[in-house]
Amino acid sequence: MQLEVSRRGFMRLGGAALATSTMSALGFGAGEALAASVRPFKLSRATETRSTCPYCSVSCGTLVYSLGDASKNARAEIMHIEGDPDHPVNRGTLCPRGAAILDFVRSAQRLKHPMHRAPGAKEFKRVSWDFALDRVAKLMKEDRDKNFVAKNNDGVTVNRWPTAAAFTTSTQSNEAGLVTYKVLRGTGIVGIENQARI
Amino acid sequence: MASLAPTFGRGAMTNHWNDIKNADVILVMGGNPAEAHPCGFKWVTEAKAHNKAKLIVVDPRFTRSAAVSDLYAPLRPGTDIAFLLGVMRHILTNDKIHTEYVKAFTNATFIVREGFKFENGLFTGYDETKRDYARGEWEYEIGEDGFAKVDPTLANPRCVLNLLKAHVERYTPETVEKICGTPKDKFLKICEHVASTGNGERSMTSLYALGWTQHSHGAQNIRCMAMLQLLLGNMGVPGGGVNALRGHANVQGITDLGLLTTALPGYLALPSQAEATYADHMKTRRFKPLRPGQTSFWQNYEKFFVSFQKAMFGQAATKENDWAYDYLPKWDTPYDVLKIVDTMYEGKLNGCIAQGLNVLMASAHKGKALQGLAKLKWLVVIDPLETETARFWENHGEFNEIDSAKVQTEVIQLPACTVAEEEGTFTNSGRNIQWHWKAANGAGESRSDLEIMAGIHTRLRALYAKEGGAFPDPIVNLSWNYARPEAPSADEVLRELNGYVLEDVKDPQDPNKVLMRAGTLVPGFGALRADGTTTSGCWIYTGCYTEAGNMTMRRSTDDPTGLGVYQNWGFVWPANRRILYNRASADASGKPWSTRKKYIAWNGSRWTGPDVPDYGPTVKPEASVGPFIMNPEGVSRLFTRGLMRDGPFPEHYEPFESPVANSLHEKVASNPVARVFKEDWKEFGKADKFPYVATTYRLTEHFHYWTKTHLINAILQPELFAELPEALAKEKGIGPGDWVRISSARGAIKCKAVVTKRLPTLTIHGKPTHVVGIPIHYGFVGTARKGHATNTLTPFVGDANVNTPEYKAFLVNVEKTTAPAGAPSV
Ligand code: SF4
Repeated sequence: MQLEVSRRGFMRLGGAALATSTMSALGFGAGEALAASVRPFKLSRATETRSTCPYCSVSCGTLVYSLGDASKNARAEIMHIEGDPDHPVNRGTLCPRGAAILDFVRSAQRLKHPMHRAPGAKEFKRVSWDFALDRVAKLMKEDRDKNFVAKNNDGVTVNRWPTAAAFTTSTQSNEAGLVTYKVLRGTGIVGIENQARI
Repeated sequence: MASLAPTFGRGAMTNHWNDIKNADVILVMGGNPAEAHPCGFKWVTEAKAHNKAKLIVVDPRFTRSAAVSDLYAPLRPGTDIAFLLGVMRHILTNDKIHTEYVKAFTNATFIVREGFKFENGLFTGYDETKRDYARGEWEYEIGEDGFAKVDPTLANPRCVLNLLKAHVERYTPETVEKICGTPKDKFLKICEHVASTGNGERSMTSLYALGWTQHSHGAQNIRCMAMLQLLLGNMGVPGGGVNALRGHANVQGITDLGLLTTALPGYLALPSQAEATYADHMKTRRFKPLRPGQTSFWQNYEKFFVSFQKAMFGQAATKENDWAYDYLPKWDTPYDVLKIVDTMYEGKLNGCIAQGLNVLMASAHKGKALQGLAKLKWLVVIDPLETETARFWENHGEFNEIDSAKVQTEVIQLPACTVAEEEGTFTNSGRNIQWHWKAANGAGESRSDLEIMAGIHTRLRALYAKEGGAFPDPIVNLSWNYARPEAPSADEVLRELNGYVLEDVKDPQDPNKVLMRAGTLVPGFGALRADGTTTSGCWIYTGCYTEAGNMTMRRSTDDPTGLGVYQNWGFVWPANRRILYNRASADASGKPWSTRKKYIAWNGSRWTGPDVPDYGPTVKPEASVGPFIMNPEGVSRLFTRGLMRDGPFPEHYEPFESPVANSLHEKVASNPVARVFKEDWKEFGKADKFPYVATTYRLTEHFHYWTKTHLINAILQPELFAELPEALAKEKGIGPGDWVRISSARGAIKCKAVVTKRLPTLTIHGKPTHVVGIPIHYGFVGTARKGHATNTLTPFVGDANVNTPEYKAFLVNVEKTTAPAGAPSV
């Protein structure tokens, strides 16, 4: 092949609907073009989405391939994840962690529903989102109302809630991070931490 | 990070991944990028292949980074400071420093107060009962003009550089060998390579990670490298810098956003109870320049603070109520991870939210964390996966011994999405904020973290609006202008992070002229104001989403100079500057130090180059404005004044558990100001019972405690093991694959033995000392085999400045044993 077509570009072009003439025009031999139109890559039918590896801070660019055409009642399903060849840092590569993100998405230990464990109980019980979030808000409010410290012993306004703390995550997006900050600091919690410390 | 800000002004990786290829020497110490950051390590390989760079690795283990190095030297865990002060001594005594750079761009010439001393392992001002220093004397002499006194000739013995020379004099190659166990010849060879970069022609980059932070003197480990790089003139230049290779995908971003006990977003401070009023808080943050004409950028603190309060509390933050200053909690003491776990353990914490942080596995001293969790009234776990923390109350035999029925903690698990199932931005180690798009909905009923937090807030707010309660104001007035309050979009929040104009900003000269229209996104932090007319969730992120669009979505692969700058890929804070302090790549007159390392230079009317100048773009070199614009000195700090709790210069202190006495000052063995909780003093082990040095680390195939739930990773590295040096294994009659019991003063684990040449038996103080290595990653939940939590062993003490636990250096004993109950027979 004379023409430099990146693999990404090639896959986009390699869709079943692609006319043979276009392929020739791009410099592909007739044979290759025929092969492409007869049996295109599986990925060419997938939707390609640019994402980031959730593990280390190299933050490798990934391409996530999902099936389902994004139409109203179709549920997209992630079927393949690989390195983004255009990304200046990782140039298409992924390490043994990043290469297995699909197994994260499909993990047998994926938590799929809100769950509740009553005090002393032997197991979790599945609950609805409404139940779970209402319960969280209620527990927070009860404890906050009871233990909130408006002024310290010196009479200084301190407005803190000392009996609650939060370990937050450094794998959430910056947007979730700001919202998490606002929500938690707004309640007066001082003990807000994340993995940066440890 | 707690050492970079006191040195340079900002706490972040100074250069970036692609820039590593521009280095001539790469010093990997306190990290293992070949295994922990494999795809970033390719730029080390690139530098070796195309820049003829030399890779030096100093590590207790012969890691895969070491395997491809040009020069490797071992050292005992926890002795990096002795090693690096030895290197500093070498370049200072052999006159290998970049003198012109050091004089112009560091505080080498500043004169320190007479009262400041270092004697018998302690700096001036130590109070043993408080385990703290009074730091008043750790300051410059201030002249009558109100500025710090300097002596450009360096003749004054009280000049920072002269004090530093005297301080490091004790760290001879022989002393380094005795403390660290590093053979003298290898040490000197490394010194020579490092010294080869002190000239402006060549540059060295430093790559480090948790191997430096996880010590009771972690911040000072990094400080050493920051100082070394300044002495060599390697800051602000291509292929230079002190590069923190951070752990999690967005740990940089979440740190930037201040999700830390005493922080506000953008490295602003959460006020303490000592700052009762807004005026008190501002008083200590005026940051008057310490030298004439310096930028001292933090003088703008108030603009960023007020803009943040507007993002937080919207219209409820007014000039009259001091921008809702009282809405922020005022801290009594910092509640870092160890402190939170200790508070739980003391039974003083009722509720805890664990959002994607598996604290039972990740905290030091797992036994203490387990007892603490069991005392909570409620625990909310937000995670895409099942975690040990959510199931801490389950009995898993010797892996997690607990009487479930007795645990009265109510636990709620909320399922979160994975990154591929949501959109938003992550900030990489190189400060690059990059958008990711959503590929599919979350598994089952899982929701994004954004939506989960919004769900909690909207309900809590409704309850307070309806019922009232303790100080509802900051909750019911929390700024919440999202189209769908129960599910804000990442796009909306990124605009909020960037900031926008709240009221028309008029030209002070001509009130008919509107400078910025209400509703427009601010173009950069220069536009933020202290009068409440602008809002910004995180001032350092301004510029990431402007009227020109979402800059974090930019994906241009153009790199015209070939230096790996990629100016239009994503958006790098601050102001899209890819290399921090880059004005220091040119000399005082604005001329590049060398053509090889040319980056930002003065062209007669402005500063130009492939990057955005980290400097006023038209400030003339003659104005002598220093390149470290955040510091009131204008220059960087070899001497950090009172900005670090444990000293303005680093000093070698032994880990809290050490096989030997501190040969430099026996009475002050370990960091004298590191915080130790009362109960924990008795939980430190001694060498008589625990004779081996242990360190913990990570495997390429695993990421913390998540990937043990992923099938491929569980197959690749199925179970916990420990690495033992051959000599130790022989002494103990342990063969490869045998079961071993490893114990510390805090608990014991069982795992398989890997007998290896990778770990050394070092000669420390003349005696052979074995080093044992134990990976983390395993637990009682997952697809991989059940394993003991490695943190059962680790000590409950942290760094004196930031309280990062000392996971990397402690004492253990090792014995041969039999398989734990329930272990598969393989
Ligand atoms: S693929 Fe590997 S190197 Fe890249 S970000 Fe993920 S964990 Fe890091």
